[in-house]
Amino acid sequence: MKAFSYERATSPAQAASIVASKPGARFLAGGTNLLDLMKLEIETPSHLVDVQDLKLDRIEKTDQGGLRIGALVSNTALASDETVRRDYGVLTRAIVAGASGQLRNKATTAGNLLQRTRCPYFYDTNQPCNKRKPGSGCAAIDGFSRQLAVVGTSDKCIATYPGDMAVALRVLDATVETVLPDGKVRTIPLADFHRLPGTTPERDNALEQGELITAVTLPAPIGGTHIYYKVRDRASYAFALVSVAAVLRPDGTGRVAFGGVAAKPWRVEAAEAALPQGAKAVADRAFADAKPTPDNAFKIMLAERTLAAVIDQAKG
Amino acid sequence: MEFNAPAGENLFDKAKIVGKSTPRIDGPLKTTGKAPYAYERHDVVAGQVYGYIVGAAIAKGRIVSMDTAAARKAPGVVGVISTLDHAKPLPPGMQNNAPLFGGAQVAHYHQAIACVIAETFEQARSAAALILTRYDRAPGAFDLARAAPDAPLAKGDGGKPDRATLGDFDKAFAAAPVKIDARYHTPDESHAMMEPFATIAAWEGEKLTVWTSNQMIAWAKKSLGTILGIAAENVRVDSPYVGGGFGGKLFIRADAVVAALAAKAVGRPVKIAMQRPLMINNATHRHATIQRVRIGAEQDGRITAIAHENWSGNLGGEDGENGTLQTPKLYAGANRLTANYIATLDLPEGNAMRAPGEASGHLALEVAMDELAEALGMDPIELRIRNEPETVPATPEMRFSSRNLVRCLREGADKFGWSRRSAEPGKMREGNWLIGMGVAAGYRGGPTATSGARVRLTGDGGMVVETDMTDIGTGTYTIIAQTAAETMGLPLEKVRVTLGDSAFPASAGSGGQWGAASSTAGVYAACLNLRRAIGQKLGFNGEDATFENGRIRTGAKSFALADAGTLSAEGEMTFGKFKSDYEVGTYAGHFCEVAVNVYTGETRVRRMLAVCDAGRILNPLSARSQVIGAMVMSVGAALMEDLAVDKRFGFFVNHDLAGYEVPVHADIPHQDVIFLDTTDAIVSPLKAKGVGELGICGPGAAVANAVYNATGIRVREYPLTLDKYLDKLPRYS
Ligand SMILES: Cc1cc2nc3c(=O)[nH]c(=O)nc-3n(C[C@H](O)[C@H](O)[C@H](O)COP(=O)(O)OP(=O)(O)OC[C@H]3O[C@@H](n4cnc5c(N)ncnc54)[C@H](O)[C@@H]3O)c2cc1C
Ligand code: SF4
Repeated sequence: MKAFSYERATSPAQAASIVASKPGARFLAGGTNLLDLMKLEIETPSHLVDVQDLKLDRIEKTDQGGLRIGALVSNTALASDETVRRDYGVLTRAIVAGASGQLRNKATTAGNLLQRTRCPYFYDTNQPCNKRKPGSGCAAIDGFSRQLAVVGTSDKCIATYPGDMAVALRVLDATVETVLPDGKVRTIPLADFHRLPGTTPERDNALEQGELITAVTLPAPIGGTHIYYKVRDRASYAFALVSVAAVLRPDGTGRVAFGGVAAKPWRVEAAEAALPQGAKAVADRAFADAKPTPDNAFKIMLAERTLAAVIDQAKG
Repeated sequence: MEFNAPAGENLFDKAKIVGKSTPRIDGPLKTTGKAPYAYERHDVVAGQVYGYIVGAAIAKGRIVSMDTAAARKAPGVVGVISTLDHAKPLPPGMQNNAPLFGGAQVAHYHQAIACVIAETFEQARSAAALILTRYDRAPGAFDLARAAPDAPLAKGDGGKPDRATLGDFDKAFAAAPVKIDARYHTPDESHAMMEPFATIAAWEGEKLTVWTSNQMIAWAKKSLGTILGIAAENVRVDSPYVGGGFGGKLFIRADAVVAALAAKAVGRPVKIAMQRPLMINNATHRHATIQRVRIGAEQDGRITAIAHENWSGNLGGEDGENGTLQTPKLYAGANRLTANYIATLDLPEGNAMRAPGEASGHLALEVAMDELAEALGMDPIELRIRNEPETVPATPEMRFSSRNLVRCLREGADKFGWSRRSAEPGKMREGNWLIGMGVAAGYRGGPTATSGARVRLTGDGGMVVETDMTDIGTGTYTIIAQTAAETMGLPLEKVRVTLGDSAFPASAGSGGQWGAASSTAGVYAACLNLRRAIGQKLGFNGEDATFENGRIRTGAKSFALADAGTLSAEGEMTFGKFKSDYEVGTYAGHFCEVAVNVYTGETRVRRMLAVCDAGRILNPLSARSQVIGAMVMSVGAALMEDLAVDKRFGFFVNHDLAGYEVPVHADIPHQDVIFLDTTDAIVSPLKAKGVGELGICGPGAAVANAVYNATGIRVREYPLTLDKYLDKLPRYS
């Protein structure tokens, strides 16, 4: 870990302006991802701006009948919120499928959205990795890629966004609210929040340097059956091989997003329209452009079969 | 004292303490944090500083240059040592294939090349990242499957090529009316023990003390002497608590060597714990294997031909994983072949991991038996029983000391409800889950080795046992206390046990499932000497006296043990030649029920049972813990554990506990263990054998056979992750 300085911000705009003005400055929320990466010197911030005092830890109703979730609401608090459990069940289920109880107590809503990939080469600073060190190459493409992305990849990076919560947020059409260093606010639809790697895999998302997430908002509840199905190599405490977040209506229509397959929660609206025709019809469309490696090609069939299990489960 | 004839009736046959379920005497210390592990021994020596090991960034080649200037100037740094400080590698200790430090050559990824020593751990780690090393990379061999076809036979007994035959396998196999021929792959595995390698090292003049975590104290002392070029007498090793080793801590590793060198360099005690990635690529692992099993049988199931060939690889082409070990012992058959090949690989070093050889071997042989049973249309338990041998199959002149495998299988089948299994696979279903049951036999040797101890009366009616024996989480403290209490006629709480210090008499140590049987016999020998010494002091014949309830009765006389004052005796048990006429083994029947999701292929283990035949069980409570722990590890081996090899860069990629998945609680269902009430008079006066490795020989195969029974899909490449059979699962509706 490189030595760094530390301060606690007092307002969102102040936090944003400090981070924007200091090269190498970063926000610190729960620290469950950032501190681990700092210990390995995968992240080497020179200054940390702790956002824990910003009072962004409330869940409120919006005028549109939805919910506004403060950026610092813990994963545990969000998953156990009564309204979330009742109206946005897919979100609760996705959160509790991730990490462990201890980590969820510490992890925040914004931090969770911003957790970095679990590509094993990203974690080993001896290895080339374009995401960690732009231009150094990608060790994973011809290496051990079983966990990595099958769709939306580039010849620079095939990492996944590993999280669960965001996959549920994607089917719920969430938006991310931010404050910019100049004090202006903006909203970013979750669909546009995480970036595909393209030629700049080092940029995971649409945020600018110093841009602070203040909240995530959910539109009014959409009813339906909420399911999150996460498949992994052991029963708990592991990242998804593939996950499916779905909200399904009795007539067989609904929404679906896949986790563990791309650098972002993978939802293809045109594919989801095929839900009444069944899992294969959806998966064929959602993964039409997939470019898997020999190691991870199974994920496409797994995504289809997991969706089939979800559809079956929704029928009750 | 030599154990030179089968044990007759003795005090352990009427035991009041040995053989009874006894909570660990070290339990309260462990649960209250008062049993310090090596890295936590802050009080043993003042002025400790922290070392942080730097591992090589390449798998093979040479260090061209190393710039440590920035690291030396970093805050808090008190010194840096480099492998280039030594013109050539330090000599290897026992079972070190690659040097642990020294010289410019890199033999494997994350081999220790430097260590930064600083006032705090954080300072040491941060400065370590400032070291700039340039390498000249050399090509290496990292792919077992590619290297295997040209691999030579390994060195077997007495250095002879490791190949054994009986009768004419080829002819009998060709003639067999029913046969199977299958290849199995087991991956490289990590011990993944909780406590990392950790050492505090301090010098006083020429004398070195290491507070470390090690299974074999006498070996450690000797090896440190060899590696550091000092007299072994000048080395003291202390390891009273070990947070898991599983064979990884049988031999000296880089933590101890580098801590000793660093402490010398900076003139202060240095403590080092290996970071998790180094645990995997710097230290040792269980080697991958490729195994071919061919079995031919008559229609009635009698095996006529059996061949088991094994390929593994290692640095330097020595000390592989021999999956054939159980095959000469387990099933009858007049025509036999076993052969063990070893390729030279440049991956990190393979070495012993819990039941080396057999743990992997059962994953092949016991699935092959399942495949044969199916080819015969026979129940797999019946097939095994039909091939129960009279004497050791591959060496028919050798007798079994005691063997109750058939009972294990029969009683297990009964208890497990084996009759509810569908012989035809893929036929049992509950909702979206395919259900299957599997069985496997288990064999592991029951060896013993010389073991010594010192016992002391404290004068107040209590006693102390001192031996360099280790407790690696297995419960050794308790069985030693039970043995001493039983022999000296004391209640358990009057016995204090101190372990793991090389200043104490040398024991057999913990490894190869020999620890329990050997160390208790050594303590027994010491106690008999103490009884004689007490007799001498108080004027009676110690051999004839009865020691009971803290008192000694002899003829009409009676004494309190405290009357003997303080008195000390040493003793050692050696094991006589007569044993070599016998095959001393432990046996088990392993059973498993799994559910496989018909959509996703996820496997959930639902029930497990082990029925074990291991002689007298000294402490059923801790023995059960050993077996269920081994069953957990077997589930890991069968379903998820897999060190992923990068065949280009030559290292294990998933080198942390996020990437290397071991079972979590949610993976493990209720596990039952039954111990047969057997004794084995050939082993030791206590008639007891080990169980800690028996528990990992077979359950993985039972899991694999259950997955087959559930799905009808046979996967021969471990671990059985869903990607290997998803495309063969039934189409969902
Ligand atoms: C062992 C382990 C297992 C895990 N398993 C799972 C799993 O199965 N599924 C899963 O989804 N996750 C899993 N996680 C990841 C976990 O969910 C994340 O670590 C956690 O959500 C991060 O939240 P945090 O508040 O601690 O973020 P931090 O570590 O504090 O921050 C993460 C990043 O977000 C930035 N940041 C934080 N707050 C803001 C803000 N308001 N605005 C802008 N930037 C901000 C930080 O600068 C940093 O770059 C696991 C983590 C661990 C350690
Ligand atoms: S896939 Fe991406 S994160 Fe992984 S090594 Fe390649 S560039 Fe790095």
